[in-house]
Amino acid sequence: MVQYVLRRLGTSVVVILGVSLITFLLLHGMSGSPGRAILGVQASAEAVAAFDREHGYDRSLVIQYFDYLGGLLHGDLGHSYKLNQSVNALLAENAGRTAMLSAVALILAICAAVPLGVFQAVKRNSIGDNVLTALTFVAYSMPVFLLAMLLIQVFAMGLGVLPAQAAQSSSDFVIFTEPRAMLLPVLTLSGITVAMYSRYQRSAALDQLAQDYIRVARAKGLSMRMVLTRHLLRNACIPLVTLIGMSIPLLLTGNLVVESVFNYPGLGLLFFNSLNNQDYPVLLGYTLVAATLTVLGNLVADVLVAATDPRTRRA
Amino acid sequence: MTESTTDKTGAPTARDDREARLPDTMSGWRLTARAFMENRLAVTGLGIIVFFVLFCFAGPHLYTTDQVTVDPVSSLLAPGGAHPLGTDPQGFDVLGRIMRGGQASLQIGLFAALIATGIGTLYGTVAGLAGGVVDGFMMRVVDTLLSIPFLFIVLIVATRFSSTVLSLSLILGAFSWLAPARLVRAEVLSLRSRGFVAAATVMGATKARIIARHLIPNALGVVIVNITFQVADAIIAVALLGFLGFGLNYPDVEWGTQLSQGVSYLLGGSWWLIYPVGGCLVLVVMAFNFVGDALRDSIDVRLRRR
Repeated sequence: MVQYVLRRLGTSVVVILGVSLITFLLLHGMSGSPGRAILGVQASAEAVAAFDREHGYDRSLVIQYFDYLGGLLHGDLGHSYKLNQSVNALLAENAGRTAMLSAVALILAICAAVPLGVFQAVKRNSIGDNVLTALTFVAYSMPVFLLAMLLIQVFAMGLGVLPAQAAQSSSDFVIFTEPRAMLLPVLTLSGITVAMYSRYQRSAALDQLAQDYIRVARAKGLSMRMVLTRHLLRNACIPLVTLIGMSIPLLLTGNLVVESVFNYPGLGLLFFNSLNNQDYPVLLGYTLVAATLTVLGNLVADVLVAATDPRTRRA
Repeated sequence: MTESTTDKTGAPTARDDREARLPDTMSGWRLTARAFMENRLAVTGLGIIVFFVLFCFAGPHLYTTDQVTVDPVSSLLAPGGAHPLGTDPQGFDVLGRIMRGGQASLQIGLFAALIATGIGTLYGTVAGLAGGVVDGFMMRVVDTLLSIPFLFIVLIVATRFSSTVLSLSLILGAFSWLAPARLVRAEVLSLRSRGFVAAATVMGATKARIIARHLIPNALGVVIVNITFQVADAIIAVALLGFLGFGLNYPDVEWGTQLSQGVSYLLGGSWWLIYPVGGCLVLVVMAFNFVGDALRDSIDVRLRRR
């Protein structure tokens, strides 16, 4: 087990180093020299060159990459010349709200998807199963923003019961202090996640239902309810652990769209605004953080699965 | 309870019986086609795709509208009369606009999928055949790129280029070849160790012949299934790009840009700017997903017969 964890940790480090190389190259390839960004378009080429020389931006790319890497190791993600703020500060300012939104949406999605999937597996090919399958197919084929727009149209415009915009408070806990204003963003984000999870949960539960241990449990006189909650659920949730670990990119992308549509001040909205400002240090800083989170998510999921299911360790 | 699991563990179902009686001379591809045509969802999906291709590419010749000249007088007209789906804020006929937007969305979806699958197939084959250190390195590169959220990198790169059908296809294709690369590599690895490849080697077939006559035709199924899903994903991705403001520019349009324009007028009650185009988008993506699912299942039929 220890060996397995160490090996997975090793590949994760290699992958994160690879990501840092990509973000570094993109930063250089896309944004030009920091001197130009700071001194502005009016500055003469000589002034820009002098600035770059003074701050070491004229050295070879290899040396600059190690400089960048050194900064990263000290937790320095760079500097936004457009906003004249460090990328760290910008990300830290918004991370709490985004984390809270994602966490609530994720928990809601799991709470909905697990029973839905098990229900669909037990009652498979019934009308209920078919209706839910059709619904998940529609949700799966729908871009996130379309779901957001439909929800706004129905709940904010049609029924007029919920606001069309997210809460604008800067508190991290705005979901709990202003739940009404946060309901639509949370529903949108968990909606797309439920569609994916319940699909997997259904097939995982189907696989388990066909196993002998379920039949044995039934044969020894256990009620269906006990079989489902005591035996099936535990085993059918293992694939879900992997899935949750792997769905961090989905959540981050979802955040980006949901926060832009509902104007919720988080990392996604920061990314969206930075896109329009062409503020590459912020964009690539957040990308690096997002990729690191993705790698960590996969790592944790793999380790958890290995801990619950020894057969996977050898793979 | 028992009833619902019997077909998984118990006696073969009627479907298996029918397959068992098929003549042995039937080729793999005909089997695949047959299984595909028996799947109602797949045929529906294929029908929807054919309909939309005709609707978007032949439609504008039958239903001609002016999609270039802005007409402020007839802006935001409700559906009815000369404009079956109303008009948008610039006075363009929405039905005609959906056709025009659909052309771009379908084209980008298809081009991006072909680019991605092309790169992925090549990369996966090379990695699978090379094996060892080369394979290990190539797959770590895939892992690295896969850990960066797709939409992030696509958006960042898109800020640097003007949006055309070609540039959007290239950007989307350039960052979505990772899944096909992994699939094809896995397929090549598994095919390499199969009996028929060993048999061909024993009979003296050259490496080139094994690749061309045995590996490629057998891996083709996986590749074709992948193209279908890639088209669906690319159509969604380009809609997202368009919605976030990186879509095609006037007078060109694709469905995402069209939807994002509609959002501003949603609060004014102009539902016809959203529902028809949104419905088309979901239908097309769903159709490609159905066809992909069915293709995957019907290629499984072929594998079972092997």
